[in-house]
Amino acid sequence: MSAKIVVIASMLYLTLLFIIASYAIRRANIGKSIVNNPYIYAFSLAVFCTAWTFYGSVGRAAHTGLSFVAVYLGPTIAAPLWYMLMRKIILISKKLHITSIVDFISSRYGKSTFLGIITTIFLVIGIIPYISIQLKAIGVSFDIITQEMSNNSFWDSTIFYKDKVNYITILLAVFTILFGTRHLDPNERHEGLIAAIAFESIIKLCAFMVGGIFIVYFMFNGFGDIFTQASQNAATASLLTLPDDVVHNANWFWVLLLSAVAAMFLPRQFHVTVVENTNVSFVRQASWMFPLYMLLINVFVLPIALAGMIKMPQGVESDMFLLSLPLMEGHNIVALIIYLGGFSAAASMVAVSVISLSIMVSNNLMMPLLLKTKSAIYAESGELSKALLQIRRVIIVVILFLAYGYYKLVSHSYPLVSIGLISFAAILQIFPALVGGLFWHRASKRGAIWGISAGFFIWCVTLPVPTLAESGLLSSDVLSNGYFGIEMLRPHALFGVENMEPISHSCFWSMVFNVSFFFIFSMFSTQDVEELAQGDIYINIEKYSDHPDIEIIKKEASVYHLKQLLARFLGGEKTNLVLQSFNGKISSGNEDNASQEFINYVEKILTGAFGAASAKLLISPNIRQQSITLDQIREILNQTKEIIEYSKALEIKTIDLQKTSEELALVNMQLKELDVMKAEFISTVTHELRTPITTIRSFTQLLDKKSDLTPERRKEFIHIILKECDRVKRLINQILEVEKIENDKETTQTDTNAFITLQYAIDRLLPIMDDKNIKLIADLPHLSHTVILDEDKLLQVFLNLLTNAIKFCDQKNGLIQILNDENDTSFTIHFINNGRLIHPSSMSQLFQKFTQIKDGNLAKPEGSGLGLFISKAYVEKAHSNISVTSDKVSGTKFSLTFPKENNSNTKS
Amino acid sequence: MSESKKILIVDDEPNIVLAIETILDDSRFELFTASDGETGLQLATTIHPDLIILDVMMPGMDGYEVGKKIRNIESLDDIYILFLTAKGTKTDKEDGYASGAELYMVKPFDNDELLEKVLYLLGLDA
Repeated sequence: MSAKIVVIASMLYLTLLFIIASYAIRRANIGKSIVNNPYIYAFSLAVFCTAWTFYGSVGRAAHTGLSFVAVYLGPTIAAPLWYMLMRKIILISKKLHITSIVDFISSRYGKSTFLGIITTIFLVIGIIPYISIQLKAIGVSFDIITQEMSNNSFWDSTIFYKDKVNYITILLAVFTILFGTRHLDPNERHEGLIAAIAFESIIKLCAFMVGGIFIVYFMFNGFGDIFTQASQNAATASLLTLPDDVVHNANWFWVLLLSAVAAMFLPRQFHVTVVENTNVSFVRQASWMFPLYMLLINVFVLPIALAGMIKMPQGVESDMFLLSLPLMEGHNIVALIIYLGGFSAAASMVAVSVISLSIMVSNNLMMPLLLKTKSAIYAESGELSKALLQIRRVIIVVILFLAYGYYKLVSHSYPLVSIGLISFAAILQIFPALVGGLFWHRASKRGAIWGISAGFFIWCVTLPVPTLAESGLLSSDVLSNGYFGIEMLRPHALFGVENMEPISHSCFWSMVFNVSFFFIFSMFSTQDVEELAQGDIYINIEKYSDHPDIEIIKKEASVYHLKQLLARFLGGEKTNLVLQSFNGKISSGNEDNASQEFINYVEKILTGAFGAASAKLLISPNIRQQSITLDQIREILNQTKEIIEYSKALEIKTIDLQKTSEELALVNMQLKELDVMKAEFISTVTHELRTPITTIRSFTQLLDKKSDLTPERRKEFIHIILKECDRVKRLINQILEVEKIENDKETTQTDTNAFITLQYAIDRLLPIMDDKNIKLIADLPHLSHTVILDEDKLLQVFLNLLTNAIKFCDQKNGLIQILNDENDTSFTIHFINNGRLIHPSSMSQLFQKFTQIKDGNLAKPEGSGLGLFISKAYVEKAHSNISVTSDKVSGTKFSLTFPKENNSNTKS
Repeated sequence: MSESKKILIVDDEPNIVLAIETILDDSRFELFTASDGETGLQLATTIHPDLIILDVMMPGMDGYEVGKKIRNIESLDDIYILFLTAKGTKTDKEDGYASGAELYMVKPFDNDELLEKVLYLLGLDA
């Protein structure tokens, strides 16, 4: 394919990225961010998948089979931890305006400038090999797609101005500068960049899938075909099984750990995961979407490696199988798509890595150095922030050309993955200090400095230095005879430990020294005030997020000086914007006396722009810090901890109390209702009792004192007294009955013949009905239906219903009907009277205790309001049912429905 | 001696009405009875009694209401009202006095006391 087409396609693709980026920025400016969603966030995390993934995995698989998977398995296994770990890191970073992984570590350890400087230097050294392989990948893929042999074309990699990788480097530098240094954002948020890399993640996944599908389904007949062919060939068959020995197992372990750590703490991963994060909750979705992405992009790796080994002649670089296979078949369009996918993978990695490194270098390395030369402090308004942008642009170019240099010296002779793992091993060195700082109170600045330094030193002598030796830059004596000719110091067999792959070996020894130095120096050093305060924020970020007002160190500053400070370093325009977005109180009491809130805000803004350590240097001449001893700060930290714990406990208690009080309120309401009912009942009962007693007392007194009573009168009075005594007795019995029903639910009942008992009840009340001229129509068949209820109780039910009917039926032309009907399973007896209808609103209360129907025009009801309640309770004891209807057509009808006994429905 | 005093007894318990009638069996009294509030109120307006002995808990219009209605009729302003009721709490009594009663007696009552109170209210000697 013509190089022109490839160059034009690359340029068009970059232009498309800029269009996407500027669209994202425009949207962000009108407040409709396209980046603020979990999917874009997850795709931006896929910047983890670089040219290494895109080309290198196939090469790795072609050499060692399935072991390429470890690099993706590590982050996948670690993904569930993200919600705990990354969430905490994001909360801390948002609170403190942290903009890089170095800032995160330096800020934890008392905003240490020194720790920031050494970590920055180490990370730059550690990441440069990684960037170099991206340059290599673009260069090699360009060569392959244009099918140009470097010796017979314009390009000549030995001559600087003819080396195309040099131009690729320049192009990427321009690309990165345009994306990353448009302006100085206090939060280092780059919506355009994120939109572009998320897009690139989609492109590289699609391109890889296109290549994979083409190779598997067009060059072969699917997965089965490739694996069958591969298993017939000795060279490829061995790739299908996992080697089982100590060396490989150790290597698996370290690669899993390395990749898990790298996916979180590589500078570019930290940048996209933490610095560019717009919403903490996205971490939750990303922790499944990101592993899914890695799974998809790896599905075709092994088949492509096998396909390459089957189809390609010996000696073709296995890293480039994905590209060379379609080219071999003459499918240039597929090849171009794959080339662009690889270009995306490399370009996005380079852009984000270099931007994050440039932030570190400018904020944690250059700024502190600049501030040491006093000139910067007295710089003119806004110049420093402008200078910082220029510095960053220079840093970007420098880093890229360092990577180019490494590529020229080392990378071109190594496979992509080997070099990538060297960078991963470098990142591992910050892991102990970082995680230790998040969870361990004793972790100290000295521990971190010593641990990281020791780890990096071991890393240096066991990984990059030997690569320099192997590529002939250093004497290869070092490899075989050890440093200084000491055998114990052989770089790949330190202290005589052999039989380990270089990566495992380096990780093992660097971690031994790193962790033990970190631990020992932390244990035996005392932390200063700033360290303790920062450490407390890191470890207990939740309390600081919930209680933003906690102040550990009291500070004093002049409002005027702080505003001047901002103007000097951010420029007037930016300062105005920053001041506008501050909502709190600027001064406390005294006009010029800045509030704690404002001091913190200024510090945060400066931290965002220049890093924690530099911000501290900038602001410290302007604030007077309350002098405080270590013991005092420990005391304060303990107090705030206690206060927060106390307030948390209190909150829980309050919620508990609320619940309890709600429950109590409900119970109380029920009790109150019951109380009202009881009170009504007592009032009713006492009234009912007082009435006969009043009568009895009055007449007894009359009989006793009034001597002029006729014998007839006396007799009449005595008769009244007796009747009233009966009334009292009846009432008391009923109350006792209710009591019994409520306390004694289960007693066995004897069978009672329903119709005989009903006849008995009618007989007892007939005289009263005659008295009142009430007409009774009772159609009682001679049935032997029995009800399982004691006879006296059933009688009571009938008597109650009948007396009610008598009481409430029409006063002049009273009519009571007793009817019955039956079906297969039950029989029903109806008591109907022609009295006043029961109002529907009273219907529901009818069977409740203490209810008396009160109807203005009815004569005062006699009784306690217990009759129907007792009746219902009895009827239910017999598993039967009582119901009532009241309407104009049929009058008021009480119906008793009893279940039929199996053998008792015969006529007797 | 002045003409006899008219006393209206309003109670839904016939036995109690009978008892009161017997207690107040005196030539100085002319007794009238009613078994519910409404009838009592009607009778009061027509016969204009000197004293009403009034029960409280009655079907329909209760004693308090009867008392209030009577107090609202100017021409009946001079009628004495004596509540004779089973309702014996402090609030009951307050309600009773609030609805215009001169006296409030709780059932069961002492016959002699009732007679005494009636005589006292009507300004008569024992």
